[in-house]
Formats: sequence, structure tokens, C-alpha cells
Amino acid sequence: MTVSLTLDNVSAHYGSTKVLEDLSLHVGEGELVSLLGSSGCGKTTTLRLVAGFLQPTAGTIRLGERDLTRLPAHARNIGLVFQTYALFPHLSVRDNVAFGLKQRGVGRRERIRRADDMIARVGLEALADRHPANLSGGQRQRVALARALVIEPPLLMFDEPLSNLDAKLRVDMRVEIRRLQQANGTTAVYVTHDQEEAFSISDRVAIMNAGRIMQLDTPEVLYSKPANAFVADFVGFENMLKMRVVAEAGDAVRAEMEGGATIDLPKDRFAVPGRDFLLAARPEGLLVVEGAGAGIPARLGLRTYLGRAYQYQCDTPGGTVTANGPLSMPMEQGTPVSLVPQPDQCCLLPVEA
Amino acid sequence: MQTRTHPLLVAFSVLVFFFLLSPLVIIVGSALSDTSYLTFPPQGLTLHWFQNIFEISAFRRTMITSFTLAVGGTALSMLIGIPAAYALARYRVEVPRFMGNVFVLPILIPEIVLGFSLMKSLATGMGLPITLSLLVGHALLVLPYCVRVVGASLNNFDFSIEEAAVSLGCTRTKAFFVAVLPNIQAGIIAGFILAFITSLNDVSVSIFLTGPGVSTLPIQLLAHMEQFFDPTIASVSVLLMFVTVAVMAIVERTLGLTFLTK
Ligand SMILES: Nc1ncnc2c1ncn2[C@@H]1O[C@H](COP(=O)(O)OP(=O)(O)OP(=O)(O)O)[C@@H](O)[C@H]1O
Ligand SMILES: [Mg+2]
Repeated sequence: MTVSLTLDNVSAHYGSTKVLEDLSLHVGEGELVSLLGSSGCGKTTTLRLVAGFLQPTAGTIRLGERDLTRLPAHARNIGLVFQTYALFPHLSVRDNVAFGLKQRGVGRRERIRRADDMIARVGLEALADRHPANLSGGQRQRVALARALVIEPPLLMFDEPLSNLDAKLRVDMRVEIRRLQQANGTTAVYVTHDQEEAFSISDRVAIMNAGRIMQLDTPEVLYSKPANAFVADFVGFENMLKMRVVAEAGDAVRAEMEGGATIDLPKDRFAVPGRDFLLAARPEGLLVVEGAGAGIPARLGLRTYLGRAYQYQCDTPGGTVTANGPLSMPMEQGTPVSLVPQPDQCCLLPVEA
Repeated sequence: MQTRTHPLLVAFSVLVFFFLLSPLVIIVGSALSDTSYLTFPPQGLTLHWFQNIFEISAFRRTMITSFTLAVGGTALSMLIGIPAAYALARYRVEVPRFMGNVFVLPILIPEIVLGFSLMKSLATGMGLPITLSLLVGHALLVLPYCVRVVGASLNNFDFSIEEAAVSLGCTRTKAFFVAVLPNIQAGIIAGFILAFITSLNDVSVSIFLTGPGVSTLPIQLLAHMEQFFDPTIASVSVLLMFVTVAVMAIVERTLGLTFLTK
């Protein structure tokens, strides 16, 4: 059974502080959507609302056809995986996994069989009789996963499930989570503040800030076409230059930046004559060319070595920007250069009010 | 590795142990003396005075009262203390800080004041029967131990475990019993024992609440002393001490005494 999850204009408060504001989110059947954002932006709060540990002050939450908004937490049938694993310390691995089945009135033999099956699927057959205290972090995480999966919930939710593991294990486990989620076709919400983790396993990612979703899209779109300055900055468009279109010719526009320099750019929906817009560029999206040329005039500042390239702090009339230059040709501080925006590593954004 | 101990430290330790232990030695010695008055060192050795405790009916009766009161009062106190400790730990953010201290008040108030005010309110004010006011009084007296010791184990408890149980289908109430309670058992047992000992040895609250026909062992001891000055007093003291030590030994063996000092 696969269902979709819908949050409609949901708001949440802790006491009198507003934590979520008019949040709307749709997670399709069998889809994995990540909530990505910095600490305190409301990711956990969103999960707690769906899980039923917190009541929204406005809006509705639906799982398929079912309205969850007023349903008590224990009746929601949602699989949860916690950051701290939250295994029952007094129960063996087998009893931990069988716990949900027991609550559902599954008979003893049947539930042990199903728990053992699930324990085998996460590769812990040998440890079924151990207690959580005698397991490593990765093993505990697998038990937590098995415990959430065995009840075959229509929705799985993860709250930073990998943040207590070391880097290597994190990569293995996220692949494992994705594999199990896809194998069961379970709809899933995954909370993390690790961009790579979110992008690597999600169908879509919601980038959150201060209780709002700034953009919800596939990782590919987020990475190449952020919709606003916040998301652009979040996905690595470190440089933002404010510009204004001064002339238009065919498929190109001529933009003037603060300080008076002009530059030709491909036409874009935000580059409209007479309006300000932002040119957002990754460091590798600004090609450093020696001497004056077609790009943004600049003077090289501090040079750092990145391994794959040299990185320069460049002084432009519009402020300091970061740009990468080729390894084959290190350039000295003070050299006059021009920075040529590379269309596939840059994007144009509206100036926010 | 060789550790060197400062001679002064040795001297202090010896003195501390001397002052702590010598009264105990004197009590045990006097209880064994084959004389009809209290004396130390004992003259002759006999267990007669221990036998005497069980022969004097007042001692027999009050011993039963004391044990029943200690168990009942502690149980009653736990019924209030466990939910209180749970609420204080679970809603740490929401519950005002001073609420935690409210439950320690019975320790902070001078015991004699506590006893007197309990007499005024329970016995004289509400007119409760003696046994009932003793029970309520003792429950109140030991409440701080219940709340604090159970609270200590709840403070280390990860409440997402409880939420995990709820997400797997338990109601909030059931989740408390199947996910929280089994994991704070050690704290409950330790709190129970500490409270039990406190109740068993209490004088200042009991003395105000006991009355005609109903008394506790320590109070009976005082009453006995006013009339007779025989070694029975010492033997009852040794008995109380022995029970306390035995209970503490059980705690030490099962949980470790460090559990109580956390
Ligand atoms: N119990 C609470 N009482 C009051 N405020 C709270 C409570 N829990 C969270 N908050 C506040 O709500 C906001 C959102 O918290 P939330 O836990 O959802 O953030 P998060 O995105 O999960 O952050 P993190 O990445 O650190 O886990 C924060 O500003 C936080 O301080
Ligand atoms: Mg969180």
C-alpha cells in the first residue's frame, strides 16, 4: 500500500513562538522527500507534526485519503527512525523489532518469524539476542530501521538518522536506507542538514529556512537552477552580483553592475530591461582570464590552492568575489583580469524585496 | 605504581573512623551486657536483651507497625513521586524550575516543624485516625527521596524511546508502562529503599502523630527508656541499625551505592 502525504498550510507554535508558518508539502506515493536546512529551521518540528507528537495550530495533514490532523499519534501507523535510535534498552534486538507487531496483536510465533526476517534483511541475524547496549552505532541504526520497517507502515520518517555515525558508515547506510525504501515502495520523509546526503538519496528535496520551504525540487534542479538567493547560496553559488539590464539585442542582454562595468549575458526571465537582478555564480563559474576582456573587470587578491584548481579572491567594482583559475597558470596578486561567467555554472535570480 | 599516602591523611582517616564507629561499638557492646542496666564495656555476655525485644509486647507491636508504615508510606509516596518525577523530567522546558524544589521541601523544613504542622493539620485539623495520619505523614516525609532518586534515573532517560513506543502503536499511558517504567526500575528500587530506611528510623514526625495504642518502634524505644534503663534500648538500636545496614548492603550489591549519591 503506497500513499501520499500532504501538508496544507500548516503552522506550528511552541508556546507563543511561531516555528512553522503556512507550510505546504506534498510527498507523492513511494517518493522520498528530504527536508534540508540549517539547525533550528523547523525540520524536526515538521516530522513531529506528522507523527502526531505536536498539534498544528492551523492547517491539515493528510496521508492518502486519511485526515491525520486530529488522529492520536499511536493510531497513525507511521514508521519513525530517530537520531538517537531510541531503541528499547531493556529488550533484545528481536524484541525491539517485534515490538510494533506485538502492539498490533500479531501472535508470538508469527511476530518472531517476521522480526527475524526483517533482522536478516538488515544483516543482523547473528545479533538478534543481544541488547542495544552491546551494539555499535551502525548496528543500532539497522535495528531502528528494521523496527520501523517491520510494521509495513505506509509512511517512513527519518530524523537525521545518520548524524551519529562516522563518515564512511554514513555513506553505506544512506544507500541501504534508499534500497529498503525503494524495495518496499514506501513513501518517506527524510530530515538532514547534510546537503550531499539529501541530494544523493532523495527524489526531491525541500530546502527550509526559518520555518518555511524555500524551494522544493529535484536535486538536479536545485543544484543548477535555484529559485532564489537563499537556495543559491545554500547549494554553493557563493558569488552574488547585483546588476541591471541596460540594453537588449537578440538573445542577449547587456547588464550594468554596481560600479559601472557592463557585461553581456544570455537573455533570462529575470533579466528584464530596467529591473535589478542577481548574477549568482559558483567559484568555478567565473573563468579567470588575464587582461581586460569581455567579462567582469577585476584585480586578483589572495590565492589559495584547492588541489583541482587555484582559487582567487577578486576585487570587482561590485565587491569581492571568489573565482577559480586553472592549475596550469598560477597568477600573481594584483594582476588585472576579467571574470567570464560560464552559463552552466551561473544563474540569474530576482532581487528579493 | 606506588602511591604515597600523606601521614596526616592516615591520621585523619583513623580519627574519622574512630568517631563514626565508636558509638556503634559501644551500643553493640552494651546490648550484650549481662547486667540489668546499660553499661560499657559489657559485663558478661548474653543475647537475653535481644530476646527481650520480642517478649515485650509493646516492642513486638510497634515493630510490626513500623515495618508496615515504612512499606505502606513509601508505596503511597511512590504513587505520587513517580508521576511527579516523570512530569518534572519529561516537561523540563515547560515546568517552572521551582516546582522541582517543592518536592524537596519536607527535607528542607526542620523535621520538628514538619511533625508539629502535620499533627495540627492531619490529626487535630482533619481528625484523621492515628494510623492514617501516620501513613500520610510518613509518605510526605519520604517523598523527597522518591522524587529525587527516581528523577535521577529519569534525567538520563531518552524520551524519544517513549515516542518510539507511541509511534509503534502504544497509547501514551501504555508507553509509560512498557517503555519508561522498565528502564527506571533501578531508580525506583533505590528510592524505595532509601525512603523505607528514612521512615523506619523516623522519630520527629512520628512523635507528633503517634497516640494512644499506636506507636512506632523508635517512639516505643523512647518511651521504654523513660521507665527502664536496661540494655533492651541498646538491643533495639542494634536491630534498627542491622536492618539499615542489611538494606544498604542489598543496594550496594545490586545497584552500587554510587547510585544514591548521583
Ligand atoms: N520544546 C520546544 N520548546 C520551545 N521551542 C522549541 C522546542 N523545540 C524546538 N523549539 C524551537 O523551534 C525551532 C525549530 O526547532 P526544530 O527542532 O524543528 O529544528 P530542526 O530544524 O530540527 O533543527 P536541528 O537541525 O538542530 O535538529 C527552533 O528555533 C527551536 O529552538
Ligand atoms: Mg532536528
